[in-house]
Amino acid sequence: MVEFLQQLINGLALGSIYALIALGYTMVYGVLRFINFAHSDVFMVGAFCGYYASKSASPFLASGTVTAAIVVLLAAMGVCALLGMIIERLAYRPLRERSKLTVLITAIGVSLLMEFTGQLVFGADPKSFRLLPSKNLQLTGGVVFNTNQVVVLGLTVVLLLALQAIVLKTRIGTAMRAVSFNHRAAALMGINIDMVISFTFGLGSALAAAAGILYAISYPSIDPLMGVMPGLKAFVAAVLGGIGNIPGAAIGGLLIGVIETMVSGYVSSTYRDAIAFAVLILILLFKPTGLLGQTSVEKV
Amino acid sequence: MKTRVQPLLGAALLILSAWITGCNKPADTASSTDPGKFQGVIKIGEFASLTGKEAAFGISSHNGTQLAIDELNAAGGVLGKELKLLTEDDQSKAGEPATVVRKLITRENVVAILGEVASSRSLEAAPICQQNKIPMISPSSTNPRVTEIGDYIFRVCFIDPFQGTVMANFAKNSLKAKSVAILTDVKADYSMGLAKFFKERFVADGGKVLAEQSYSGGDKDFKAQLTSIKASNPDGLFIPGYYTDVGLILSQAKELGIQFPMFGGDGWESTKLIEISGAAAEGMFFSTHYSPELESAVAKTFVQKYQARYKEEPDAMAALGYDSAFILVEAIRKAGSTEGSKIRDVLASTKDFMGVTGKTTIDAQRNVSKPAVILTIKQGKFKYVETIAP
Repeated sequence: MVEFLQQLINGLALGSIYALIALGYTMVYGVLRFINFAHSDVFMVGAFCGYYASKSASPFLASGTVTAAIVVLLAAMGVCALLGMIIERLAYRPLRERSKLTVLITAIGVSLLMEFTGQLVFGADPKSFRLLPSKNLQLTGGVVFNTNQVVVLGLTVVLLLALQAIVLKTRIGTAMRAVSFNHRAAALMGINIDMVISFTFGLGSALAAAAGILYAISYPSIDPLMGVMPGLKAFVAAVLGGIGNIPGAAIGGLLIGVIETMVSGYVSSTYRDAIAFAVLILILLFKPTGLLGQTSVEKV
Repeated sequence: MKTRVQPLLGAALLILSAWITGCNKPADTASSTDPGKFQGVIKIGEFASLTGKEAAFGISSHNGTQLAIDELNAAGGVLGKELKLLTEDDQSKAGEPATVVRKLITRENVVAILGEVASSRSLEAAPICQQNKIPMISPSSTNPRVTEIGDYIFRVCFIDPFQGTVMANFAKNSLKAKSVAILTDVKADYSMGLAKFFKERFVADGGKVLAEQSYSGGDKDFKAQLTSIKASNPDGLFIPGYYTDVGLILSQAKELGIQFPMFGGDGWESTKLIEISGAAAEGMFFSTHYSPELESAVAKTFVQKYQARYKEEPDAMAALGYDSAFILVEAIRKAGSTEGSKIRDVLASTKDFMGVTGKTTIDAQRNVSKPAVILTIKQGKFKYVETIAP
């Protein structure tokens, strides 16, 4: 039982990072109906921004403190929000009226460009990045909660609630929902579509940056290809939860994290990805729109 | 607006891609010495993981090799010719060694190949060298299968059956462990082999293996495996992996409150391990080929020269890279020829070559038996514990 609880905590901590990345996929899909494959690399850039920010901030702020961590987190989120908007402006906006396939292939191109430019700029060897010192909290019965896991889970919940509030309670959130419902109708109602899409990319990328920092807190070794696997898993999580659906992405992420951890813990790590993806196929067989997705009528 | 942005973006992409391919050229080769001194050059090929996951190993090994080649050139080269080291980067990736070694042999016409550290990648290049009858010396691949590929494949380090035995004995005698758990990298031949030999010996001596878990090199999350290992409550954990993964494993083990000692093989020896794992590596043990603290005249001058040039202490990979180049050039000198078969024959008869890592005698299986040293991590530094003779 102790072991099971421990595995559950491990799985939730891992899953919450997938959830944060999945949100970016799902939001872009919601407004633009395409998969932004470069998203996982924004996640990587977020981790590197954190790495360089904490290095350059060390003369002013004592590293390892909560203040320093918050400054680093905000800096990375800001840079990546900007990066997401630039990617959208340069690579996707000129193609908006083209077929979805063109945009999809461009997204893959942007992703590869970022990965290999990253190898050139940051170097291909893994760097160690420690933002916060960790402490173990012993719970009753031998279950160990690490402070890093608390930070990861806590911050994920905060960001999720903030996102939900932005989407449901603000004017820009209403505009986002309107654009995702129908582009042209939204434009006719006087909504500045370009601005809304830019904002969506910025918001998604900021979340990816936060996920990158949280990932580096849990796994203090970062490299330019670190986004590939988590990105793929988060994409699966978004589809699993029902792509386009924000709570769905969060649930999908947590589910994938827990399944992966349970499979490596109780079966074998070799089958981890195979079983995680088999679950995806099963769910999609019985519920093609994902767990929380709604069926939409394809207009011809 | 649309028409203006796209060509701009296209141009930017073109420039970037040209820049990227331009930077992929082979790494630095031997500094050319006075051309009048030599009649011609002898090309030696090297493949190493200069970038990627095991970059620290590739770079150390390459630095050691380059140091040896430059020293030999300064001493007049070999057969009146200048030695030229052509180094190719395999990016720590599977599939890459075959490509770069084929290129070195067919396009550059190298007389011999030096490399790699990782057994999986040496195993990829070895059949190509064997087919082309080009002698290959792996400085530090310890998996026994490497030299079994053929009679042109040599190594200058001990092999994993020995390393596994050393660590099994160490676990039993020094750590007083009666039971252990093993965490293996299923993607690395090195890790699989070492785990197998360790287990055989440890079980034969009456020890118990309580849990066997695995991961794939490059994984970031090991908490699931570590949690189930922790639940089996062993006296120690054997992790025959490479430093990037092991660094993360040690730090996550600490986060899970694991108290028992962890130990591994020569794949641990990089300061990156300490960087990644932080304080979690304190008090852990591993076996390797050499320690800069060892007292021998050859080793001492090597450490001095290496430090003067690279501003850091040489590790085992650097020392073995250095020795491998000397052994190869010595064979070329004795053979009096750069013909593959002649170099091979002399290499096979190498006896009592006194190098930095001790005496090297190549046996009938083209392996070497050498003592192993055990190091521990103390205050963020590798510290010598003991030497174990074969």
